[in-house]
Amino acid sequence: MAPAAELIDATKKYGEIEALGGVTIRIELGEVVAMLGPNGAGKTTSISILLGLRKPTSGKALLFGLEPTNLLARSKVGVMLQESGVPAMLKVREIVDLFRSYYPRPMTRDRAIAMAGLEEKANALVRELSGGQRQRLYFALAVCGDPDVLFLDEPTVGMDVEGRRAFIERIAEFAHMGRTVVLTTHYLEEADQLAKRVIVIDRGVVIADAPPGEIKSRVAGKRVRFISPAITEQELGGLSVTAAAITDGRVQLLTNQPEAVLRELFRRGVEMSELEVAGADLEDAFIAMTSH
Amino acid sequence: MSAAVRTPARAPILPMLVRQTWAEFLKLWRVPAFSATSLLLPVVFYAFIGLGQAAQPLFRGSHITFGAYFLASMAVYAVANVMIFSFGISVANERGMKMDLLMRATPLPPLVYLLSRCITAIFFAALTLAVLFPFAYIAGGVRLDASEWFTLAYRVLLGSIPFIALGFAIGYLAGPNSTIAVINLIYLPTAFASGLFFPKQLLPQIIQNISPYLPLYRFGQLGWDAIGAPTSENITTDWLYLAGYGVAFFAIAAWAYRREESRKFS
Repeated sequence: MAPAAELIDATKKYGEIEALGGVTIRIELGEVVAMLGPNGAGKTTSISILLGLRKPTSGKALLFGLEPTNLLARSKVGVMLQESGVPAMLKVREIVDLFRSYYPRPMTRDRAIAMAGLEEKANALVRELSGGQRQRLYFALAVCGDPDVLFLDEPTVGMDVEGRRAFIERIAEFAHMGRTVVLTTHYLEEADQLAKRVIVIDRGVVIADAPPGEIKSRVAGKRVRFISPAITEQELGGLSVTAAAITDGRVQLLTNQPEAVLRELFRRGVEMSELEVAGADLEDAFIAMTSH
Repeated sequence: MSAAVRTPARAPILPMLVRQTWAEFLKLWRVPAFSATSLLLPVVFYAFIGLGQAAQPLFRGSHITFGAYFLASMAVYAVANVMIFSFGISVANERGMKMDLLMRATPLPPLVYLLSRCITAIFFAALTLAVLFPFAYIAGGVRLDASEWFTLAYRVLLGSIPFIALGFAIGYLAGPNSTIAVINLIYLPTAFASGLFFPKQLLPQIIQNISPYLPLYRFGQLGWDAIGAPTSENITTDWLYLAGYGVAFFAIAAWAYRREESRKFS
């Protein structure tokens, strides 16, 4: 059976700028995949090509083994885009009904609206919605067709912490129905909470494709943080660390031997305050992988 | 996959078209700047310009009243106005709000989308006639044969199709925020130059020389002929002119649409 979505050696150039440099991704039905990467890494371009909104410069994209522009393929796909608008003068329930009519076996209107937590706004005009409510409306429009695959491009961008947490739960609820979810994000905890598989994209290429746990274990086990206003790069030279970063006197090191590293720093006479040693999380893994 | 066998792979077209058309109608209806002006402005113009001399003969010895003549003028004005503006506004809005990107990712066939907007525009146009005709009958005392009412209505609806393409083209060519200004700039002066507000004979000579080549003038001829007023040429010529403009406008609209597509979706 054809995979739900597939990119085969896809490249994309915008003029002289190479946004994607040969990306191959295969997403099976039922997978929950997070595409992770800094801004401009090529996440949105990858999603756009998968959805047939952009043509790859070379290579290929397939949805259920079909061209992404094929309406049969699109009938199985729900989409939430980063940059999109909906008619301001329609009511929430009207536009949900409209989008439901595009799909062969939609869920009920009430269910779609409830999944997005918009019950109280069902009769409101779109233009009366707040930014966060609008984002939830896009989610309702993406799930209302009861799609096999849900694509979410930066779904929680611009939300506050509480809003993001609630939103992640809604996505998880949809994924638990056995559906395929592909989301891009630069919030690392989202990928960690939701996805069974994380694809890290940086500068247009895939630099990691593994379960979140494995990605974490690839980097050093411990994170060392401290503040040292006068520290220089030279003072960190020659330490057994897998990554080191200094920003405004805040130092972050990733290492398998935190004791040895600290002993050496004290021997070098580095002044430090607010010392902290903790297990590395996905965020640290991410920084280690994408630090240039 | 038994589920795939049991359920159709695509949504049925007809309910989709009905929903889309209803949504397109609501989108326009809830913008008073469009709905109120399209429905009421022709009546207001008719009241100001037409009513005062509605019972007068169009010219000495004519059995056609000015009221009937001006009804045909306003019917043409109203319907073409709806066509250009509804398409211009909806295309511009959609581009301005990046709605088109999301619509592109749905399984909605582009042709269904286009058709729903055509139906909405034609329905709105019929609605303007449903306001204008009774007004002219009651307030203007216009009496036409049943066949004349009917001929006027179907001709102005059919003849308005090229203006759909014109609105579409302007919507894609002008910036999202300047579309309405551009349409006003084009539409109102050509409506005057085509003799829709004042008979062509009252216009400056230079305009009179241009007006036979204006699509609205040709459209007007169809309306005037429908109520029995004399026109300068056989109406077949007018239909041919309009068909020619229709082809040209559709070509421009298609070109503008593809230009936009290749810019956004390549």
